Amino acid sequence: MLNNQISINVTRFILLVLVQVWIFNNLNLLGYINPMVYVLFLYWYPLRQNRSVFLLVSFALGFVIDIFSDTMAIHAISAMTMAYIRPLLLRFCYGNNYEFQGFSYTNTTRLQRITFMILLIVIHHLIFFSLEILSFSHFVLILKKVLFTSGISLLLCLLFSSLFAKPT
Amino acid sequence: MQRIINFILSRRNTFLYLLLLFLGMLLTIQSHSYHQSKYFNSANWLSGQFYSISGGIAAYFDLKTENEKLLEENRLLYEMLGSREEMDSLLLPEEFRVYEYIPARVNKNSITSYRNYLTINRGETHGIEQDMAVVTPLGVLGIVENTSQGFATVQSILNDRSSINATIKGRNQIGSIKWDGEDFTLVQLTDIPKLVPIQKSDTIVTGGMSSIFPPNIPIGVVVDYELPKETSFYDIQVRLFNDMSNIRNVYVIRNNQREEILNLQSQTEDVE
Repeated sequence: MLNNQISINVTRFILLVLVQVWIFNNLNLLGYINPMVYVLFLYWYPLRQNRSVFLLVSFALGFVIDIFSDTMAIHAISAMTMAYIRPLLLRFCYGNNYEFQGFSYTNTTRLQRITFMILLIVIHHLIFFSLEILSFSHFVLILKKVLFTSGISLLLCLLFSSLFAKPT
Repeated sequence: MQRIINFILSRRNTFLYLLLLFLGMLLTIQSHSYHQSKYFNSANWLSGQFYSISGGIAAYFDLKTENEKLLEENRLLYEMLGSREEMDSLLLPEEFRVYEYIPARVNKNSITSYRNYLTINRGETHGIEQDMAVVTPLGVLGIVENTSQGFATVQSILNDRSSINATIKGRNQIGSIKWDGEDFTLVQLTDIPKLVPIQKSDTIVTGGMSSIFPPNIPIGVVVDYELPKETSFYDIQVRLFNDMSNIRNVYVIRNNQREEILNLQSQTEDVE
């Protein structure tokens, strides 16, 4: 059971990196939108696992993507930050329920899941673009990028998460 | 002591987070001030190989248009050759040529980021070094930033840290080309004083004041300009000749006099 979970996550890790750097980093929609679908990893990662491992894994995920896209460690920082505050977001969206043993995404409402996804993506993108541009004089540019890229990312993430939903 | 250890253990995730955050920030900030980190870039072995495969596949799909571009470039070169009466500079022995051109293929390109980099399939073994110019037949593309054995990353002209010495064709005022991060077809020419007459559709070329780019390599054409009241320099919008979203075959330019120029400059600075 445990081995199974590890192999699923390793496969997910590799596939998401490949999909991100090979396809989504080259989309260039409207000349400036490249959605970041690897955020799905943070959404899918099992809830009751060692948090330190989760932090390290998300840092590694971001860092591999960073190396491929020449962005220093920006993906790594934003992915890891999301991993760190994920319990907070979970509590915000699902209340204290998520700490129970039997909790899984399947017995929550669609609205809750979408809110959780939106929060993950928007905060992640906000951190990412702020760090990438790193200047207050380009505030409007940052907001524009966050808004449009989040929209497309959200659309794709919802699509992927319903495509690869676990049959229950 | 026991309590301190307990405290650290109970907060180990926060400490781990802060540690990793510090590490990531270090990598990010450090490369803001100077060059990209030497090892963590897409010219390294793994990502270089990866992009070499994907670039190879992608290259097949635009073979046709690339062939047409190369034919067009050949036509231009033949015309220049034909209209040249004295051929002596072309017949110079190789060791006297100032600029050497090394052909390369782009494996990875990006235009959406605020700091865009390209990866090309030539590296140290082919004689590529940091700070060499990269151009296409249409115009300027960027400057080599990092090299590995078989690959190199190129700082694109679409990078907020890039600053390329440029001038208006036919005039001598030197400005520099920068990018504001907004539109991947437009760059900005700054530091041109208001005394200079300027018109839309003026051509912008590289100036001779840099040891990286040869003079008179085309960059783009002026599409818009304005004179802000508070300064005496123009804000000029330049449309690039290159379609940055579709770049495949490029040339890396080695300046054989660069070392001599840099030596001389550093000597002069030392005297002061």
